[in-house]
Amino acid sequence: MSQTVFLLDGLPVAFSEGQTIIEAATAAGVFIPHLCHHADFAPQGSCKLCTVKANGRYVSACTLPAKDGMEVENNTPDLNDKRRTLLQMLFVEGNHFCPACEKSGNCLLQALAYELEMLSPHFPEFYPDRPVDASHPEVLLDFNRCILCELCVRASRDVDGKHVFALSGRGIGKHLIVNAESGRLADTDFSLADKAAQVCPVGVILEKRRGFSVPIGRRRYDQTAISTQLESPAVPR
Amino acid sequence: MNGVGREHRLRLATASLAGCFGCHMSLLDIDERLFDLLERVEIDRSPLTDVKHCSPCDIGLIEGGLCNAENVHVLREFRRQCKVLIAIGACALTGGLPAQRNHLPLGQCLQEVYLTGPGIVGGQIPNDPELPLPLDKVHPIHEVVRVDYFIPGCPPSGEAIWKFLNDLLDGRTPRLGHPLLHFD
Repeated sequence: MSQTVFLLDGLPVAFSEGQTIIEAATAAGVFIPHLCHHADFAPQGSCKLCTVKANGRYVSACTLPAKDGMEVENNTPDLNDKRRTLLQMLFVEGNHFCPACEKSGNCLLQALAYELEMLSPHFPEFYPDRPVDASHPEVLLDFNRCILCELCVRASRDVDGKHVFALSGRGIGKHLIVNAESGRLADTDFSLADKAAQVCPVGVILEKRRGFSVPIGRRRYDQTAISTQLESPAVPR
Repeated sequence: MNGVGREHRLRLATASLAGCFGCHMSLLDIDERLFDLLERVEIDRSPLTDVKHCSPCDIGLIEGGLCNAENVHVLREFRRQCKVLIAIGACALTGGLPAQRNHLPLGQCLQEVYLTGPGIVGGQIPNDPELPLPLDKVHPIHEVVRVDYFIPGCPPSGEAIWKFLNDLLDGRTPRLGHPLLHFD
């Protein structure tokens, strides 16, 4: 039996049974923009940044298994326009003030905005009123930047076995919470060694006293586009 | 420069609203290329010329967001007078640093700054009728007027501004790729 292959922007990509479109594409060296997808975790499919067109239908590349002979569009003006709009909505929905963010230059949201040439937020800013939680001795939580990707929720639940984080509320009221009666991170068994402390793609979960140890301008996505860095998006601090 | 006579130069206006003039400093960071720029544009209203009102212009560069009534007035004059309006820098695009007060009631901000802050004795909240009234919230400029182009950055580098203006003056669609496109 011949190898199974699908077409990604017209180029043949080999895959093994059960691989999703984004897994096969990444293995073949092709970048598909994504935020909530992480190679170490089960697919989530919530951010929709990885939306591609498979056999004419919009689907999430992180959840749909590749199929033999499937024709997938990825890097097209139509899809990139839609992805840019998703980014703009994420930017105005939170408080993403990059010039004052410790994560600037290592941030997946920002790197995708560079990649997709998002020049303005386009929509009116929400300026939501969100708290910070500095109670933990080693880690700061700044909820202003949360994009609800649930990577910390998944990491804490599936890897650390601690269930420190969860999402609460519905619709625009949905937000990240800490599972403690007080709601404070200090009142959980969360530790800096947890997987959940390492996976935040934006600047919500930050190690204290590390902020600018690598200066702005010399960080992961400052000089090199994210599309040319295909390894796991877990970001070094 | 492309054999364009000085009499055919385009007119460029600039303004800083609720900004720190960092974007203007970045414009000056193009250094001696300012002479090349001045071969191609004539500077109208700008903090660089100290002209206070905008004549009909081809290009308007606006730094800073909207934090008071005068900012809105200046912005609207720019929009009326400029064929192409460019928002430059984080404050013009997102509200930026001044917008960090948006989570606090304005009255509370004024009280703390002028009355109850550390070291203040006998302070008073300024109320001279000539002072423009602060807005309840700080806003980016695209929420009030149509903006044609955006140059992000805090500030954008001189290189980014130079590339952008040259693309525009040469009739190309301005484009900032890696690593000129920056939000910080």
